[in-house]
Amino acid sequence: MQLSALVEEGPAAFVVQREALAALPAVLRARGYLVVGPVVREGAVVLEELRSLEDLPRGWADDQAPGAYRLRRREDGALFGFAVGPQSPKCWFHPADALVFRARRSRAGTEIAPNVEAPPKLALFGARACDLAAIAVQDRVLREGPAVDSIYDSRRRDCFVVAVNCTEPARTCFCVSTGTGPCATAGFDLALTELIDEVGHRFIVTVGSPAGRRILAELHARPAGTSDVESAHAAHARAASEMKRAIDPVEARGLLARNAESPVWEEIADRCLACGNCTMVCPTCFCTTVDDVADLTGDHAERWRRWDSCFTFQFSHLNSGVVRAGTSAQYRHWLTHKLSGWNEQFGQSGCVGCGRCITWCPVGIDLTEELVRIREREDRPARPEIHA
Amino acid sequence: MARRPKLAVWKFTSCDGCQLSLLDLEDELLEVAGQVKIAHFPEATRRSLQGPYDLSLVEGSITTEAEKARILEVRGASRRLVTIGACATTGGIQALRNFADVSAFAEVVYARPETISTLADSTPISDHVPVDFELRGCPINKRQLLEVICAFLARRPPVVPTYSVCVECKRRGAVCVAVMGTPCLGPITQAGCGAICPAYTRGCYGCFGLDESPNVASLARHWRGSGVPADQVVRMLQTFNAGAAPLREESERHGRD
Repeated sequence: MQLSALVEEGPAAFVVQREALAALPAVLRARGYLVVGPVVREGAVVLEELRSLEDLPRGWADDQAPGAYRLRRREDGALFGFAVGPQSPKCWFHPADALVFRARRSRAGTEIAPNVEAPPKLALFGARACDLAAIAVQDRVLREGPAVDSIYDSRRRDCFVVAVNCTEPARTCFCVSTGTGPCATAGFDLALTELIDEVGHRFIVTVGSPAGRRILAELHARPAGTSDVESAHAAHARAASEMKRAIDPVEARGLLARNAESPVWEEIADRCLACGNCTMVCPTCFCTTVDDVADLTGDHAERWRRWDSCFTFQFSHLNSGVVRAGTSAQYRHWLTHKLSGWNEQFGQSGCVGCGRCITWCPVGIDLTEELVRIREREDRPARPEIHA
Repeated sequence: MARRPKLAVWKFTSCDGCQLSLLDLEDELLEVAGQVKIAHFPEATRRSLQGPYDLSLVEGSITTEAEKARILEVRGASRRLVTIGACATTGGIQALRNFADVSAFAEVVYARPETISTLADSTPISDHVPVDFELRGCPINKRQLLEVICAFLARRPPVVPTYSVCVECKRRGAVCVAVMGTPCLGPITQAGCGAICPAYTRGCYGCFGLDESPNVASLARHWRGSGVPADQVVRMLQTFNAGAAPLREESERHGRD
């Protein structure tokens, strides 16, 4: 059913009071969902099982900068007063370690038992617009292409998504420029905007699916008035205007395709640790490797699929050796694929503007700045071209 | 049944922690003993069988003239030689002597320093003989040790990744302590420990040595830029694998500041 049809069935937006929202995790759990949402662990907001609204990072905000992340207290008791943390929904849909099969060798031959363990039915609580855009990117790659990734698909298939529109972006965010936020437009069952003002602490809720409508019916929701809807829109607009970083995804596509030989790659490699953190935190990076492990007798073996990174040597190790053996080649490959090659391969950019690769780079390499430098150096070549 | 391959475990200058990892394989130890003939392993048995040995595990660094001679004998008696641990691979914590005057240390530590016969430096096994594989760690990870033994029995390359601790750290869902403000060697250190320290909100100490593409200078520069004093940077870089050239050179650079 189209969103427009749903809207026609009833009000476009609802109001749920802060106290009434407390029922939502239990409502989802009663329907068999494992509810996953933001919680504070080790000083950061991570995505873990959410047993109740009390588990949310209530009254926490975050300060993010290149290579830096700190939580700080806020006075208003907001439930979602922070931006994205190091983890993304990919941690749940595309797990870092997944058993593919077990094998047993006997006189009769080799017996392979695929891992048929049913994954949990997931409800994402508090997913941000950039996360939803990233899920759409991973869907395109892992579900909608010629080869369906069964591990991803089985976890993704029946999930329920409660989105939360961003009202306070981090300094590392740039989703406005990538057209993926701060407000969720698709890919959710329910979307919340948190409002805290003289009227009270409440959530403006929009419905994105029939399943969302059914869940909302179990909460104390009333149709939103014009002023509530306007307040929500104002909050989204304020968030958008606060975003200072930006990329131009259309320009980046051609820029990177043209600049494989830019001197900037070597300058980045001077700082880049090739540690792979950017690829691990990127919500769209999907690369994996396969490890086969066997016991001493060789009679029992397991095949595990694990996250891999294009910043490792094994990633590009072919018969003749490592293809991308230097950090400049690795970083160039990652950024060029993400912002340029991805378009040819999957019909869209691989970047959703979440800024995780900026915050969680241990030395704070910022792709938005590097794109500017690549463009500047293209305009002003280091050496004049020699014409024969 | 086919002839069981002969396994030998040798000790040079070391604390024995790495070879004890073999005994720590409690659930698999009998299976190991069933698959290989433990021919020489003084931590486990006084019985010592003659060589040649199919697989020798060598722990410890070379710090004496006698060890320099003995490692040649071990190599000569071994079809495959695998070093285990930071001492055998980079010289270990005792390679800190390489930065100082070892006779001055001996005078402080020993009542009769003239009885001490030692080399001026501590060096890895690979400085003295060809090594077939180096297993990292201070101490090594017993799971990785088992994988190496399995791989050598099956004549396949061991699955021992050479990428950074960060890959393991993110896989296990730990929050990055480096970005939270704690100096951490994880981004330049080889995986294998399972990112134990970051998972307990401590910075990585670099027990597993440098990873496949370590940019030590960039990490040290970042620490200095974040307000970490030069002497602390030196201490971070000069630990279990201080003898590795990139760590030695970078630590000496900051030591001059």
